[in-house]
Amino acid sequence: MLDQSRLMENWIGLKTLTRKEVVRVLRIWPQTLVPPVITTTLYYIIFGNIVGSKIDKAGGMGDISYMEFIVPGLVMMAVISNSYANVVSSFFGSKFQRNVEELLVSPLSNAVILLGYMAGGMVRALLVGAAVLIVSLFFTEGLVVSSIWITASVALLTSMLFTIGGFINAMLATKFDDVSIVPTFVLTPLTYLGGVFYSINLLPEFWQNVSRANPIVYMVNAFRYGILKGRLDEKYIDINIVTAYVVIMLFIVVLFSAALHMLNRGVGIRQ
Amino acid sequence: MTRALEIENLTKTYRNGTEALKGIDLNVEAGEFFGLLGPNGAGKSTAIGIVMSLVNKSAGTVRVFGVDTDEDVAGAKRYLGLVPQEFNFNQFEGVRQILDQQAGFYGLPRRLARQRSEHYLKKLELWDKRDTMSRQLSGGMKRRLMIARAMVHEPKLLILDEPTAGVDIEIRRSTWALMQEFNEAGTTVILTTHYLEEAESLCKRIAIINHGRIVEDTDTKDLLSKLQIETFVFDLASPMESVPDLGAYHTRLADPMMLEVDVSKGESLNEIFSALSDQNIQVLSMRNKANRLEELFVQMVQNGDGESSENATGPDGARRGGHA
Repeated sequence: MLDQSRLMENWIGLKTLTRKEVVRVLRIWPQTLVPPVITTTLYYIIFGNIVGSKIDKAGGMGDISYMEFIVPGLVMMAVISNSYANVVSSFFGSKFQRNVEELLVSPLSNAVILLGYMAGGMVRALLVGAAVLIVSLFFTEGLVVSSIWITASVALLTSMLFTIGGFINAMLATKFDDVSIVPTFVLTPLTYLGGVFYSINLLPEFWQNVSRANPIVYMVNAFRYGILKGRLDEKYIDINIVTAYVVIMLFIVVLFSAALHMLNRGVGIRQ
Repeated sequence: MTRALEIENLTKTYRNGTEALKGIDLNVEAGEFFGLLGPNGAGKSTAIGIVMSLVNKSAGTVRVFGVDTDEDVAGAKRYLGLVPQEFNFNQFEGVRQILDQQAGFYGLPRRLARQRSEHYLKKLELWDKRDTMSRQLSGGMKRRLMIARAMVHEPKLLILDEPTAGVDIEIRRSTWALMQEFNEAGTTVILTTHYLEEAESLCKRIAIINHGRIVEDTDTKDLLSKLQIETFVFDLASPMESVPDLGAYHTRLADPMMLEVDVSKGESLNEIFSALSDQNIQVLSMRNKANRLEELFVQMVQNGDGESSENATGPDGARRGGHA
């Protein structure tokens, strides 16, 4: 009975924290939702239309246009950067303003606090991802999602993973500079080199192997597989879909455990 | 009867080596209005931080209504409400949103949370501001918002860390009335304050903490009875240029219209009036100077200062010291 009441208490707390985070995303929509859509639209215009038309004339990506090839990668790029950015800025902001204490003094479990922030980041990432996907319809001749389940699950898992990354970054951050270091010097290079604009099979073997150490390659490829399955030439499928799921889930388990451990120890939030 | 708070041998050593708490013991009975006093950096906020799970303790035990925070921290937290010293709500959230959320974090279903936040916003006279962004509130309103937020889940033990610091007298008085009302309704209240007049008039029991140790923990009345000298203030009918000679009594002029006289315990006031009459000094009114506790506090802290001062810096390296 007691455990049930605690479960209910935590469930209500999780809903409350998720609502708080979603309200934040929607309240500052010109900062959270619009810019990624504009940036990605520019990618569609420059890389898809202008550069892509030349690539298509030179043989393209098999049966699909270059634009269709880069759409999944650009959606993933938006999902990754927005899930990370949302949690890192929201949780660090709470630390900075000290309103994280509202959560720390409450009976909510640390897992619920982590899940609440993750949920907020995932909502933003998926909203942005959906918007970017819808915009792509203006640049493709009717983009068809081949497997809704693979597409949706990869987007969900990827956003989950990077919200945890953002949370860990926010816990360790002591100043605003620390919030932008990882996105600028780690995430952006890994994303650009993660097969968004090209198939890693086009690289020399050495760089193909190096690329396989980049976890973003697995997410971009799995998402591309979900959208273009059956239409994408075999030689442009860089990663086996099962391997991709295993890698993504492994990262989620490891990062979630690390974040929870840090939260239990009060790293960055308790003296 | 279960105690509201039991602290045993609580110690806290910060990473820089500062010993903020050196093994304090403290008991607060259920229903009490308890004052925790001490100079800046004495360890008050550290002790409160540990009770509220905002600071990790180094050793010791904390029990809230019998619930050990090491065994069931969530269970202990459910009894607690905190009004912190600094404004720590989200400056970009609305007043009602802050209260609704806090209630939700304590597991109150949305409908009940909304009812509670309405109740406490009305009680704290913030209902008209419910849709206002919190950063747009005045200083006094922000203080009241923090009290409403701490009460929205109706804690059994309310801890207020200098709730009236820097607010005008009107807000201070209304805050006192609220704290008394909560206490009379059954909420145990622990108050830390720099205003000793506040502690003297509100708290039934007072503990004084200095250099991480409890140096006094007793009834306010017993504490005040330790005072050997009291100061009486005489408002004069006409201004005086020099301090009158009242024999054995130590006198001084606070201003030309106000004479202060120190009276030792057991001494009669009649002789003062006789001396004043002899010198044709007309007195309009007389009152006890409201700093009795302050004098005692300063004495105790100064006595304690004889102790080691190697830990006189806080965790941030800032110099401690000063007084209330």
